[in-house]
Amino acid sequence: MIRSRNVNENDLPQTRPLTLSSAFLGFAHFLDMLRRIAQERVPAIVLFFTLMSWSLCGSAKDWKVIRFGVDPSYPPFESKAADGSLVGFDIDLGNALCAKLNAKCVWVENDFDGMIPALQARKIDAVLSDMSVTEKRLQQIDFTDKISYSPTRMVAKAGSNLLPTAESLRGKNIGVEQGTIQETYAKIYFEPHGVNVVSYQNQDQVYADLKSGRLDASLQDEAQASVGFLRTPEGEGFGFCGPELQDPKILGSAAAIGLRKVDTDLKNALNNALAELLKDGSYQTIAKKYFDFNIYGN
Amino acid sequence: MLFEGYGRQLWNGTLETIQLALLSLLLAFVIGLVGAAAKLSQNRWLSFPAAIYTTLIRGVPDLVLMLLLFYSFQDWLNRLTDALNQQQIDIDPFVAGVCVLGFIYGAYFTETFRGGVLAVPKGQLEAAAAFGLTNWQVFHRVLFPQMMRFALPGISNNWQVILKATALVSIIGLHEVVRAAQDAITGTSSKGAYHAFFFLAVAGVIYLMLTTFSNLAFMALERHYSIGIRRSEL
Amino acid sequence: MTELIRQYWQQYLFGTLGHPTGLVVTLWLTAASVGLGFVLAVPLSVARASTNRWLSVPVSFYTYIIRGTPLYVQLLLLYSGVYTLDSVRATPLLNAFFRDAFNCTILAFTLNTGAYTTEIFAGAIKATSHGEIEAARAYGMSNFTLYRCIILPSALRRALPAYSNEVILMLHATTLAATATVPDLLKVARNASSEYYLPFVAYGIAAALYLCISSMLIWFFRKAERKWLAYLR
Repeated sequence: MIRSRNVNENDLPQTRPLTLSSAFLGFAHFLDMLRRIAQERVPAIVLFFTLMSWSLCGSAKDWKVIRFGVDPSYPPFESKAADGSLVGFDIDLGNALCAKLNAKCVWVENDFDGMIPALQARKIDAVLSDMSVTEKRLQQIDFTDKISYSPTRMVAKAGSNLLPTAESLRGKNIGVEQGTIQETYAKIYFEPHGVNVVSYQNQDQVYADLKSGRLDASLQDEAQASVGFLRTPEGEGFGFCGPELQDPKILGSAAAIGLRKVDTDLKNALNNALAELLKDGSYQTIAKKYFDFNIYGN
Repeated sequence: MLFEGYGRQLWNGTLETIQLALLSLLLAFVIGLVGAAAKLSQNRWLSFPAAIYTTLIRGVPDLVLMLLLFYSFQDWLNRLTDALNQQQIDIDPFVAGVCVLGFIYGAYFTETFRGGVLAVPKGQLEAAAAFGLTNWQVFHRVLFPQMMRFALPGISNNWQVILKATALVSIIGLHEVVRAAQDAITGTSSKGAYHAFFFLAVAGVIYLMLTTFSNLAFMALERHYSIGIRRSEL
Repeated sequence: MTELIRQYWQQYLFGTLGHPTGLVVTLWLTAASVGLGFVLAVPLSVARASTNRWLSVPVSFYTYIIRGTPLYVQLLLLYSGVYTLDSVRATPLLNAFFRDAFNCTILAFTLNTGAYTTEIFAGAIKATSHGEIEAARAYGMSNFTLYRCIILPSALRRALPAYSNEVILMLHATTLAATATVPDLLKVARNASSEYYLPFVAYGIAAALYLCISSMLIWFFRKAERKWLAYLR
């Protein structure tokens, strides 16, 4: 006699409701498995280190490493050598300041118009890139004492008889670097009167277009234009046009190191180190390497 | 000298480009898998944010997104660490570049994988489940290999886009090939008129070689994932 | 933030009468490059799909070069590189052309989108069903009539989804014009961000505007697909 087993419905294997997502959830399941392994093995150690680090925080920052932001398109203040290293007056000055403070200097390259946002986002600790002190910038950041002074002057083709006034430049193209005081000046005094102001990401591009003829003139720091462009072979056929521009409100009074407003300890440390460099003559030694005139100003 | 002394910088730039592209590809791949899973899920809380993510990222140009995220990433991280009273975590520009590129192209990969998953015949997944395979086994043995075959043209396309997007990353300051070429142009500007054209052409040739090698690699991958598929004769 | 919007809203959208900036420039760049690229691509795609090697190989070489290099490098070459060549500066016509940044940008974008569009259209032409071509030849149609009445209408329709993707990518690519000093939307956002030190707001506004335009383009192409690909519905 054959006795058939009673097959109950509940004995049959249940088919899962299948969706694409459930197949994909297999992958999520795998990730979940990894997470559980990690959790079960190292919870105590993780907790310990977290508590340790939390207890250590809250102490004032000791400046062992200072990150300087620099835009290396401004020889002789800062530029890049053939092997990729940074050279220039600001670089040497910064390294000397760090030596005085027994700190390590880290140089972070950044576009000039992104310097202040980078400083505020704490990507860098200080801006050492020939940045002038102006009221507008003082609203956002703080500065150390003066490190150099150089007025603004216009460069154009030699013999072009252009003057840095709106009437003379009407209809012409003038180039500036984005984020600089010269850009602000040109936008306020020249652009509303029919001058075409073109901003570039860095100063090399300004000179490249000036040389190729796309620009009729450019506005920048006088010392930079003189040593970094006019006295080099590429600057042949170009010269200064017109006098230095005067406008302390927009063009500022001097260049200094930019800092966050909360970092008063760094500001004091840098000011003291700077004063020492000025007193013992190291500043003058560095300056003589790049400039044959007084870059400190009065 | 062939490259006027800038050969070393161009080489370093090429290596950096390749590293950046590969790491971003990896990150975008992972984000794409997770995003596709989320978008295909029945759960509204998963599929809706994923849909917003892909729509936003694919509707905004990548350069704008890069500039937006590059400055904001560090800022948000600072606020987070401040709120938790922790030491600031400093993001290296390279890591920031990888994160930004991975985040942006994760959206494109989400769409690619979604298309790939939808193209796999449903009957196969049902049959696998009927055999009693677990979720992970269905994914690993049935879904993923076939999905890769359908998604491979899309992946190869996205990889080429990532490779060329690394040129844009030079605009936010990373030292890859285009930046190295521009530095070389500035450094040798006194050496005659052709240098700008020359160095940019060199950068172009480097990219051309990279895309050619990628094409060859993807043709090999396609052959691997198409084993057993009969091609139609025209 | 409101200060930024109040000062820059006009520049973001249309600028001044003699000096257009922002959204208007972006739209104009997109329209010009896409239009010129289309006109360039139709004959080139016919050549690319042709069986005559003398026609197809040069065109495929052109698309290989353009599709293998980034648009940024191509733009830099045409903007900075070409203008340093003495032969270009000596010829008055070329000199006048390459001097203007706008011309260089449109040329670079047109060549780029032309290459991608050529590949898209060539793929669509090759996918024309063989029977239609046989029938057209049986009717005695000349090559020109064959292309005009049979191949191109069906190929362009088939290419519509891929082409719509390419147009949107071209819109995204116009952001590179900012690096060649053309005052498009991204350049205005950069100016605003460098003046007010609020990168998230400045770029966020630009991103929102791009999103609007992308959505409008997607909607427009969906309507075009409903009309021209109605036979697929």
